[in-house]
Amino acid sequence: MNIYVIMKRTFDTEEKIQIENGEIVDDGAEYIINPYDEYAVEEAIQLRDEHGGEVTVVTVGDEEAEKELRTALAMGADKAVLIEDEDVEEGDQYSTQTILGAYFEDKEVDIILGGNVAVDGGSGQVGPRLAEQLGISHVTSVVKLEIQDGKATVEKDVEGDMEVIEVDLPVLITAQQGLNEPRYPSLPGIMKAKKKPLETLDLDDLDLDEEDAEGKTKTVERYLPPAKEAGKILDGELDDQVNELVSLLKTEAKVI
Amino acid sequence: MSKKVLVIGEVRDGDFRNVSFEATAAAREVAADGEVVGVLLGENVSSLANELIYYGADRVLTVESDKLANYTPEGYAQAIQEVVDQEDPDGIILGHTAIGRDVAPKLAARFKSGLVSDAVSLEVAGDEVIFTRPIYSGKAFEKIVVQDGLTFATIRPNNIAALEKDESRSGEVASVQVDITDLKTVIKEVVKNTTSGVDLSEASVIVAGGRGLKDADNFKLLDELAEVLGGAVGASRGACDAEYCDYALQIGQTGKVVTPDLYIAVGISGAIQHVAGMSNSKVIVAINKDPEAEIFQIADYGIVGDLFDVVPKLTEEFKKVLV
Repeated sequence: MNIYVIMKRTFDTEEKIQIENGEIVDDGAEYIINPYDEYAVEEAIQLRDEHGGEVTVVTVGDEEAEKELRTALAMGADKAVLIEDEDVEEGDQYSTQTILGAYFEDKEVDIILGGNVAVDGGSGQVGPRLAEQLGISHVTSVVKLEIQDGKATVEKDVEGDMEVIEVDLPVLITAQQGLNEPRYPSLPGIMKAKKKPLETLDLDDLDLDEEDAEGKTKTVERYLPPAKEAGKILDGELDDQVNELVSLLKTEAKVI
Repeated sequence: MSKKVLVIGEVRDGDFRNVSFEATAAAREVAADGEVVGVLLGENVSSLANELIYYGADRVLTVESDKLANYTPEGYAQAIQEVVDQEDPDGIILGHTAIGRDVAPKLAARFKSGLVSDAVSLEVAGDEVIFTRPIYSGKAFEKIVVQDGLTFATIRPNNIAALEKDESRSGEVASVQVDITDLKTVIKEVVKNTTSGVDLSEASVIVAGGRGLKDADNFKLLDELAEVLGGAVGASRGACDAEYCDYALQIGQTGKVVTPDLYIAVGISGAIQHVAGMSNSKVIVAINKDPEAEIFQIADYGIVGDLFDVVPKLTEEFKKVLV
């Protein structure tokens, strides 16, 4: 099977966000594979081990993303592709879709896996966008995946309900938490990853101009929410605290 | 400039989801003195159409087919595409729900359009519409301007106020015939979640438990409290990792991001990962035996105490007050 994973390098979820001049400050920030993409990488490796074939991990970003690609290779992916998008000045999800679309145009694909959402931008757009551009089906928010006879049977989390869906390959699947338990790279895995192929492409290699990938939306401002002031810790006997809390919620906060 | 804006209404179990009315209010603001057109997809949905007009739509188009009874990306995309081709709107607004998240990017790609996902507010400045949306799960926010052409937006439930229902409003309800073909995704089965009737993303009250609950059985305490308040039960990552509850309940940067009117954090320490998913709740109550717990830094009201003492008492007290 030709198995592809689209993944993104993101801030570690433990990071605090700082903003200077409208830009996110990334000095010294720890980066990780977007946690939802990690489920996708794990699932891809399991599919390959079961059905044979090859896992290629693809990311759009800057050269720093090589580190996260190597991590995916160390987990067990076979090949990695880094598409540098520095030429695109005002990029958005349309840009990423266009770049990935150009990359996949001439590829034979059985399945593309990705995360349900990235923990930074949080839009969850790129998966379904890419599937549409490639003219293949998609299922988002998947918590179970089985492949047999050219068909995928998946369980999709729909706001707490579960849908069992059958879909022909090729298909694009986005991973929801619960799909699997991503493995940690082993030491031999890390050593092997250094020698695995990592291809670097830019827009020229994909016959794209900067204008082709220019975003449709523009971010004009980024800001932090106002810091929340620590509230009121109640005191006294527990019964009195409970009474006071309920009365505050009713009369002061007016939420019940 | 007046605009024409479509709103894709969402019906679940025979009723509109509230986010459909919120999306209608958002569309009303974008359209200004232009036109808001409600769009309803499904089987036997036209009887609900007037409801959208009461909440601000000028008229409603329905696309009815047995193939739209359940959501599929292809079915919905075909139906909405037909409506878009007929109406040539400036914008399309959907709820940021399981359906909106799934179909909006597909449509945006089809029309080579921009899409603002998960907007929590919007403002109209002259010809431009500026959307505000959370990034890093609410650790920060960004304002987005849509450049040009047809624009899609999904709005987060429970953030943009619906207009007041006005039953004196009236408008045309017309049906659009679409021949839905070629459904590649087939829904074999739908397993309804039986644990909670209230959806986390739309709940106005959430009672969430952490590792402090110590055991899956103890989540019953939270179920009881949530039931009295008509709310939903959520959980921290710690509680999910410890298998006290299903990952579907997880609130945080991985998991759901929620903004209820009232969030009661029970036995939750307040790791940054969790706080990102709930800190924009309107009122936060924390119950924790550790007075140093981080959660108290962002709580409006806190009780330092053993949750096994506090929660049952709180449930009783709410019962008294809310009856």
